[in-house]
Amino acid sequence: MRQAAIHLTDLADGRDRVILQNDAVAGELGAAIAQTFAAGRSRLVTANGREFFLNLHQPALRLVLVGAVHVSQTLAPMAAKLGYEVEIIDPRTGFATSARFPETEVIAEWPQDVLTNRPLDRYSALAALSHDPKIDDPALESALEAGCFYIGALGSRKTHEKRIERLRQKGIDDDRLRRVHAPIGLAIGAANPQEIAVAILAEVVQAFRVGSIAEEARN
Amino acid sequence: MVSETSDPLFIAEGWMNNGRAVAIATVVETWGSSPRPAGSQLAIDEDGNFEGSVSGGCVEAEVITTAIDVIRSGEPTMLEFGVADEVAWRAGLSCGGRIRIYLERLG
Repeated sequence: MRQAAIHLTDLADGRDRVILQNDAVAGELGAAIAQTFAAGRSRLVTANGREFFLNLHQPALRLVLVGAVHVSQTLAPMAAKLGYEVEIIDPRTGFATSARFPETEVIAEWPQDVLTNRPLDRYSALAALSHDPKIDDPALESALEAGCFYIGALGSRKTHEKRIERLRQKGIDDDRLRRVHAPIGLAIGAANPQEIAVAILAEVVQAFRVGSIAEEARN
Repeated sequence: MVSETSDPLFIAEGWMNNGRAVAIATVVETWGSSPRPAGSQLAIDEDGNFEGSVSGGCVEAEVITTAIDVIRSGEPTMLEFGVADEVAWRAGLSCGGRIRIYLERLG
């Protein structure tokens, strides 16, 4: 499992160590470490009269695009520029070609197979873009199960209502289903696949910065 | 959030594997408006090559110069820049913020 770590430096003498999220640290310093993991931000603390810098390192964010579609052709390289680890999953071999996606990892397999071998986690985002329920639905189920920090699905409100109904019948409760962003993307009036890509990426960033992980930290 | 390829720490590791002496500058504290948050890092080698950033470019030159001293001496040091600081003003920290930067040699 991927997890966050803190690089702790004693600023008086430069001595340092690495602490994983589940490591037990006692006392005042331990409390400061727990708060830093929760807040999701690096910071300076004073504990036992000494100054420590706690540099928080979170796992690289992963973005899974289900559907090797036109939107993905713009979205994948943009997200990679922002530092996301991007992969595209689409079992349709005519779509999932490296010719269409020269810079991105493209996997021409079913999402349920790929995501079993490479499980999603809370540092992952998933956008279902294939427009085909056979491809999108299993991916959305995996994402909801894994607690991805962002889950989005392309399609109109009407399409989404039908999707919600299908997923409900799979036994997923409404609280969870509300986590799916649909219609996908921030409302910027996107008028073509490239602009939709911008709207989706903005929504992904927003979800990470002010969404679930950030929200947990505030609570 | 940074990917492995753009993280100054990974770049620093690569430099060290090539036998270069490396220092890391880390923003440890900020006040007011400052362009990069605590935890932002800059990797510097003995020749003054650098990757990453600790401000919007305002104080990097000063940090790099000091980093070369730190590489030579091996002694970590703390730098502080602020609007009231003549060096920072000269270096152009015009955003009105104040930052503390910790410099250490790696390895």
